[in-house]
Amino acid sequence: MARIEFQNLGHAYRPNPATLDDYALQPMSMVWEDGGAYALLGPSGCGKSTLLNIVSGLLTPSEGKVLFDGRDVTVQGARERNIAQVFQFPVIYDTMTVFDNLAFPLRNRGLPAAEVRTRVHEVADILDMARELPRKASNLSADAKQKISLGRGLVRKDVAAILFDEPLTVIDPHMKWMLRRQLKKIHQQLKLTLIYVTHDQVEALTFADEVVVMTNGRVVQKGGPEALFLRPDHAFVGYFIGSPGMNLCPVSLDEGAIKLGSQRVAVDANTLATLKSTNGDLKLGIRPEFVRLANDGEAGAVKAQVTRAQQLGNYQLVTANCEGHVFNAKMEPNLRVVDGPVWLRVAAPETVYFSNDERIAMRAAGGA
Amino acid sequence: MRDNRRWIRALVLLGYIAFALIPLYWMLSISLRTNEETMSAFSIWPHQVTFDNFKVIFTDPSWYWGYINSIVYVLMNTVMSVLVALPAAYAFSRYRFLGDKHMFFWLLTNRMTPPAVFLLPFFQLYSSVGLMDTYVAVALAHMLFNVPLAVWILEGFMSGVSREIDETAYIDGYSFPAFFIKIFLPLIKAGVGVTAFFCFMFSWVELLLARTLTTVNAKPIAAVMTRTVSAAGMDWGVLSAAGVLTIIPGALVIYFVRNYIAKGFAMGRV
Amino acid sequence: MNKPLNQKAWLLVVPVFICVAFSAILPLMTVVNYSVQDIISPTQHVFVGTEWFRNIMTDPDLRGALGRQIIFSACVLLFEIPLGVALALAMPASGWRASAALVVLAMPLLIPWNVVGTIWQIFGRPDIGLLGYVLNRIGVDYNYTASPTDAWVTVLVMDIWHWTPLVALLCYAGLRAIPDAFYQAAEIDGASRFAVFRYIQLPKMRGVLMIAVLLRFMDSFMIYTEPFVLTGGGPGDSTTFLSQYLTQKAVGQFDLGPAAAFSLIYFLIILLLCFILYNWMERVGKGGPATTGDDNA
Repeated sequence: MARIEFQNLGHAYRPNPATLDDYALQPMSMVWEDGGAYALLGPSGCGKSTLLNIVSGLLTPSEGKVLFDGRDVTVQGARERNIAQVFQFPVIYDTMTVFDNLAFPLRNRGLPAAEVRTRVHEVADILDMARELPRKASNLSADAKQKISLGRGLVRKDVAAILFDEPLTVIDPHMKWMLRRQLKKIHQQLKLTLIYVTHDQVEALTFADEVVVMTNGRVVQKGGPEALFLRPDHAFVGYFIGSPGMNLCPVSLDEGAIKLGSQRVAVDANTLATLKSTNGDLKLGIRPEFVRLANDGEAGAVKAQVTRAQQLGNYQLVTANCEGHVFNAKMEPNLRVVDGPVWLRVAAPETVYFSNDERIAMRAAGGA
Repeated sequence: MRDNRRWIRALVLLGYIAFALIPLYWMLSISLRTNEETMSAFSIWPHQVTFDNFKVIFTDPSWYWGYINSIVYVLMNTVMSVLVALPAAYAFSRYRFLGDKHMFFWLLTNRMTPPAVFLLPFFQLYSSVGLMDTYVAVALAHMLFNVPLAVWILEGFMSGVSREIDETAYIDGYSFPAFFIKIFLPLIKAGVGVTAFFCFMFSWVELLLARTLTTVNAKPIAAVMTRTVSAAGMDWGVLSAAGVLTIIPGALVIYFVRNYIAKGFAMGRV
Repeated sequence: MNKPLNQKAWLLVVPVFICVAFSAILPLMTVVNYSVQDIISPTQHVFVGTEWFRNIMTDPDLRGALGRQIIFSACVLLFEIPLGVALALAMPASGWRASAALVVLAMPLLIPWNVVGTIWQIFGRPDIGLLGYVLNRIGVDYNYTASPTDAWVTVLVMDIWHWTPLVALLCYAGLRAIPDAFYQAAEIDGASRFAVFRYIQLPKMRGVLMIAVLLRFMDSFMIYTEPFVLTGGGPGDSTTFLSQYLTQKAVGQFDLGPAAAFSLIYFLIILLLCFILYNWMERVGKGGPATTGDDNA
């Protein structure tokens, strides 16, 4: 297992990147602790596969360094780094049995047959595949094949990290859950460094201890599920995480309050002071979980028109329109919400504010 | 170790290319000589380069009509064969159905005997339906051997794409046509490219059937070329020139599909 | 891959069936009809049953032609398949070099077959041909009109020159269809270059190799124009293969009865050999349509 570190790591496919836009992966520094389970989350094309391939050694970055346990491995290939990677679709050797598939990496390294056999059986037990060992690998289902791909990574005792590139893409939905559980179990059992790339936030949040959110080649936040949910560092994180995502609405400053559209919304003094001291386009962000109905004219609330109320089992999704800005709110299922005007509390303790899409950190109340 | 490999590859490739090009050069060289020069003595380069042979071809209407005719029905055949073969290949690749294996093998049996004896029956059949001397006739007749080839090749490539991809696409909400065009075809484009080229090629060089089914209007190039044998002997120059010219359309076709064939697989979420 | 049963899939096959059957069934029936008749004139047919078939099967020359044909086709496969595979592996995957290689490879395939034979005829002539002249100059006694061995070699080399690109192009396309991830996984697993070939490339080329082998077998077994133009079947009958034998015996005299009978025999021979070849290859590896036996437990 290895501790992986990036130093000013960036990648551009073109030779002389002039602006940040020319980068597929913008330069950044980061540390991945030994034995941690990480997820790389972001929409298609955000650079997460590029990042993964740089970690695995299949791609050499155009600038910066990659360190494994302090050693510079930037120019080393995947084999020398001792990385294992599971791809979007099952990559197995069709002509071999399951046993031979799992044994392949060990045999290539010249391990003695007895040791190979022990290791393969160990890994097959971990993956619940002991019965399949003598079978031809090509005859198995997709999820079994992905387990074999995973197994080829696990079978090497000294593997530095296991990387997953959207591995559940071709798996049946009901098998996805089983495989995720198995991955989590393996992580707890073997304490491997795991990096999991996905565009599905549910997968990311359930799998990982820490999630790295990316967009447009840029890492926007790295943190645990709670941090991402409650304190998104970037408007994108707020929008991407959560179902539905955070409500984002441009606001402006007025004397003593913030203005949402034409309405004044009262906020506490500390918040107001912090906001006043910033420049840039202001946005208000509040998660649907924290928007609630307010009394007429209550502080921190705005008047909006309910356009829709959907019963979704254990909650009700209410959509309201406030002067052209749409707000989603998750409410109690048995609350009666009618189409028509309501007051929604939007300025709450859970509300976050963004300046040019970057979260504004509130100053501590009451001074230093 | 890596360098060694590169050298061997380059050697094999260049060696073969030389092997392929030398007779082609010879054909070109003969086409640029007079027949007298060709028959008299050996020389690597033509003593006197002449374009007369090419002039014969370009000025004789039956010659260049031969080209145009061939191009027309061959293109028709290629498009028709590939279009008809795609759904069938998909069916063979993805499903089981009554008689599937027999049907699949039967298709190939249509290529298993020399066509010489079938010329008269073909003539009779196509005359009786009033298709004689039309482009459609030759295009349709050539489907007899091209469609099985297309189905076999396409099926092979389609079976290399795992079914899970189909299923994932349906779960994601793609309709079948959208899935087929946007996701599936790009994955097998190498197969489509090579199939299109082979259909073109086999139809282009087939002369017996094409000659039988045409009289004047749709006469193909290959048939016209057999006229180069006369009492005076073989017209080597004109024949070679015609040979040189017949390469051009096919070379264009493969150049056109090169991006489908080379670097054909792009796996990734759409 | 387990394939579900779906009879409606037949609908997808119907267009193919119609297009092929249109040109296949009626002419075939006509030929079968001819094969049991003596066609004295267009209006005079006499039923003769299996007479033509018996004549052909007992003809001593048939054995010679058939034997030569089998050897020829075996040589063709022996040389063209490995060479085609090697070429496919040697060709670059992308870039202008790949395009150039594809075009050069395609060229021999596009020449009408009578021109191929003619070109090699003049190429091989000891007096005025590039090949013939050069070989004789460097001391090799080469004359394909006089020596059966030289004729054989020339016909074989001509066929290799003409048709190896077919194998190469098929295999090349098959190789391009292998996703990069397999090569990446092999690198991660520490596989040697040969292991990559043996466990990834060769298995994934099975489909196209099957087609290449069957195609080359069938086409070489029916070969007519090129050797006929080049050697006329000679010297003697050393390069008279089955198709030419058929033409000499039957088609030349425009005697449709025996010709039809022979075509059917020809067809059955190829059918039998292909069937054997196909089943053998399917047992060794993947055949087509793709079938995998095992059901998941």
